Amino acid sequence: MAKRIDVSGLDAYYGKVHAVADVSLTIEPRSVTALIGPSGCGKSTFLRTLNRMHEVIPGARVSGKVRLDELDIYAPDVDPVDVRRTVGMVFQRPNPFPTMSIYDNVAAGLKLSGVRRKSVLDEAVERSLRSANLWVEVRSRLNKPGASLSGGQQQRLCIARAIAVEPDVLLMDEPCSALDPISTIAIEDLMVELKERYTIVIVTHNMQQAARVSDVTAFFTISAPGEPGRLVEADTTRKIFSNPAEKATEDYITGRFG
Amino acid sequence: MTTRTADRAFRLTTQAAAGVVLVVVLAIGAFLVNRAVPALRADTANFLTETSWFPDQAKPVFGIAALAFGTLVSSMLALLLAVPVAVGTALFVAHYAPRRLARLLGFLVDLLAAVPSVVYGLWGLYFLKTHVNDVAGWLDRHFGSVLTPLHSSTGTYGGSLFLAGIVLAIMILPIISAIVREVFLQVPRANIEAALALGATRWEAMRLAVLPYGRPGIVSASMLGLGRALGETIAVALLLSTSYDISWHITQPGGATFAANIALKFNEAGGTGRGALIASGLVLFVITLLVNGVARAVVRRPTL
Repeated sequence: MAKRIDVSGLDAYYGKVHAVADVSLTIEPRSVTALIGPSGCGKSTFLRTLNRMHEVIPGARVSGKVRLDELDIYAPDVDPVDVRRTVGMVFQRPNPFPTMSIYDNVAAGLKLSGVRRKSVLDEAVERSLRSANLWVEVRSRLNKPGASLSGGQQQRLCIARAIAVEPDVLLMDEPCSALDPISTIAIEDLMVELKERYTIVIVTHNMQQAARVSDVTAFFTISAPGEPGRLVEADTTRKIFSNPAEKATEDYITGRFG
Repeated sequence: MTTRTADRAFRLTTQAAAGVVLVVVLAIGAFLVNRAVPALRADTANFLTETSWFPDQAKPVFGIAALAFGTLVSSMLALLLAVPVAVGTALFVAHYAPRRLARLLGFLVDLLAAVPSVVYGLWGLYFLKTHVNDVAGWLDRHFGSVLTPLHSSTGTYGGSLFLAGIVLAIMILPIISAIVREVFLQVPRANIEAALALGATRWEAMRLAVLPYGRPGIVSASMLGLGRALGETIAVALLLSTSYDISWHITQPGGATFAANIALKFNEAGGTGRGALIASGLVLFVITLLVNGVARAVVRRPTL
């Protein structure tokens, strides 16, 4: 079930580098929230703190609170592995497991959770591929390597893999930046469909994309190189793109900076 | 114009270099076959099935059966012992150890590869042997009654194929580990992150993303190690209490291998004896080729 994400006073570091400072943001369920901002503003880092993927980089750490409904995902007794099973992620470059078939790629997460029954897996693979709008294209070649698909298909395969485990939240880190315009439209349409069931957070460099697919937009920036990224403002996408409260946001979206 | 000339000169140079290699290989092959054939003609036993080695008698009797057995058993044992340790070490160095420890460990493994094989032989003979004998005795007492290979019918354990296999394992460990480590380091970070983001534990991420990706590399590295073990001469010659028989009691003294046999017998051999040793060397060459062929087939086989 889609869950609300409540972030308060979050700071993220890479070793001594302070990457993101003091972010507080509420992300509503069943909506698409877009994180925009110039390169190096910490939006991807922030995204990776939401499923505790930030800390897999040696020396990286986080302080502050992230609540998933009632669960504080950084509480000492919470296992990051459990967090990642409920908060799925899609990466910038399509990264299907190169040694696995299309079927096994989608089933990988379920197998990790201990699902072994063929009928259950078959059903989940078909459902996930249908949700990712990929089923029709691959139904006849499920045993072919995932890497045999085109870039756009691979990215939809990665989305199918992420939603196969029925997460509460789907994080997408510039999911279309390596794709052509047609594949991009396919993924964007998919996001609009998926937000009926999931909380979706997307990082994008493409402001038209943020305007097209998101309900809420959060603008991040850095005041100077070496300074941590900060959240400038977050509001409905309509408001951010028509009448932002902050001058910095307006400069960015009108292309005067960044 | 000048570039054309340079281009042609370059092409001719590379062609000549390739030609020289071909000629040298063919010449060596012709020489070896030329020496081996008369000895094989003189053999009164079946060269492939005979175990004993008396090539310089009036009626020469010799064959490679015991040599092939000893070579394959000691090398397979070495591979069996070395590959799991090598893969484990490589995995630790590539994906678990903190960076400084990883660098130190990688350096130590590379250093092991640089130790000359005679040093391994002497170390095995003067240090490892007594300890391996203790281990072999313990294995015999506890498992000898169920596992025949571990039982010594003579009650002694000395220069056995078991000992040779252990020393060979240590010798091939660094090369396997170094290659596998490089392969593991090339696994794209994105693949590992994909597994972690799906809720994989560290080990599950290794199993999903690292091990399958590294599988062809593990096979190739193992075959390279096996090739080294098959051809290892001086360490095995120092370690084995040579006997020309086929015995599955690998912990008891005895056994012989192609390479060690050549090293031990060449000086005292007469004309037929030298020809016989060269013929056995050709068989080792064929076995190594076969092993490599199998490895290539395994690597090329699609993983699905």
